[in-house]
Amino acid sequence: MSEASLALGRTWKRPPIISNPILRWTLIIGALIYLIAAVMTIDVNWSRVYEGLERGKKFILAFSNPNFSDRWTDIHEGMLESIVMAVASTVAGIIISIPIGLGAARNIAPLPVYLICRGIIALSRALHEIIVAILLVAIFGFGPLAGFLTLSFATIGFLSKLLAEDIEDTDKSQAEAIKATGSSWLQWINFGIQPQIMPRLIGLSIYRLDINFRESAILGLVGAGGIGATLNTAFDRYEFDTAAAIIIIIIAIVMVLENTSTFIRGKLQ
Amino acid sequence: MAIKQTTDGIKIWARRNTKEQITNWIMWLVGTAIFMYCWQGISAETDWDFFWDAPEIAVDISSRAMPPKWDYITSLWVPLWDTLNIATMGTVLSLVMAIPIAFLAARNTTPDKYIIRNLALLIIVSSRSINSLIWALLLVSIIGPGVFAGLVAISLRSIGFCAKLLYEAIEEIDEKQVEAITATGASRWQVMVFGILPQIMPALAGITVFRWDINIRESTVLGLVGAGGIGLQMQGSLNVLAWPQVSLILLVILIAVLISEWVSAKVRGAII
Repeated sequence: MSEASLALGRTWKRPPIISNPILRWTLIIGALIYLIAAVMTIDVNWSRVYEGLERGKKFILAFSNPNFSDRWTDIHEGMLESIVMAVASTVAGIIISIPIGLGAARNIAPLPVYLICRGIIALSRALHEIIVAILLVAIFGFGPLAGFLTLSFATIGFLSKLLAEDIEDTDKSQAEAIKATGSSWLQWINFGIQPQIMPRLIGLSIYRLDINFRESAILGLVGAGGIGATLNTAFDRYEFDTAAAIIIIIIAIVMVLENTSTFIRGKLQ
Repeated sequence: MAIKQTTDGIKIWARRNTKEQITNWIMWLVGTAIFMYCWQGISAETDWDFFWDAPEIAVDISSRAMPPKWDYITSLWVPLWDTLNIATMGTVLSLVMAIPIAFLAARNTTPDKYIIRNLALLIIVSSRSINSLIWALLLVSIIGPGVFAGLVAISLRSIGFCAKLLYEAIEEIDEKQVEAITATGASRWQVMVFGILPQIMPALAGITVFRWDINIRESTVLGLVGAGGIGLQMQGSLNVLAWPQVSLILLVILIAVLISEWVSAKVRGAII
């Protein structure tokens, strides 16, 4: 702190977060202009919103009285299909992700393989699941197969990327020690690299199972199987009690999955 | 690791001992059985004729979709602006709600460790478990279709994400600084503003940009359920099977997502 600010009669002021005043004011003014422009162009039909408050209240009240029984067969089948899709696609996704993850790690893959694998990862991460699902439903027809393929494809982008980063972070000396014994390439990967990344791979896989289940709940909106179709119908018919029941089941399953995955990851580390 | 001795007295190194081998084998068996069961469920619901002629269909659709209808871009600028607004304003709105929830959920700042903390955690879990498209579906049904429903959907979905990361950051702060501020006789609010806030500011900024990036990605598809943005155009084009328009929209979405990812990476790089 300079001497001037310590002089008597002057109060301390918190230093600004962005120290460059030109940058600070440009950001503030820019943000303000954007905010005004955005608010002006967002067209809100307030009377419609006001009317909706009644329905909103009904929806919130529906949570205290969810209706599991009326559409139980639909809910049961949809939920089972969502879980089945999530599990199957996570397994398939892991199986495909491992070679791509190996290929996307700069310390073991040659440059052409590295670039191809990174390209696949980038593509998978850039496309939203629902867009992939729309295209796959158009190609493979309605049903859980399209959803399974969508989630497997989405898993690749997530798992391969994190796996590749983990492989790049592995301890070189262990891998080198295995190589020094005259191991083949496969033995080198299996005994030098694999033990180092295994705990994280298991943790990530369980986490991805959790994500895949959440995503599988929406794929039904575009006809790719799962609980989404039932949920969509429930909203369209304003059957909020059924919708509330489905949402409660989704939250419960996600909570169970999340706690299991935290528990298993805690045990592994 | 185990050393096994054969009957000839030769020692052989094996990675796992017998007990580990058996548990390993059983786990693989159970895992495979679960997968096969799931696969059977999917397979039973699938029309395999559609599967086998899928390559033809894929070629057919891509031949229809190419080349993209470039001049359609003129009617995409407004939806793009809407998409940007949904993502940005949704992020801002979610932060307004997420910051108090994070303070209520963090062990060291919560006013009540049992009831209030668990309530805050429940809000976080609920918000995180429900996909933004479901939130959008719900809000379109409640407040009608449009950009506003999408904006609220995005903000409700983001609360859980932002609040979770933020309360973890609050729990990791340096207590000494808080103690120092408290020792000056500061009130509870002053402690928050001068003791805690400066410490979580970098985390807050990072989380905001990170979530904004995700929100751009998600707001591109909200239109599918009527919640505004470029997804609305996509739904319209898909409904009339206008594949050249669809391919242009997909291209625009891809570029928008890549730009937002680049911006987010740059900003986060500048903060850290």
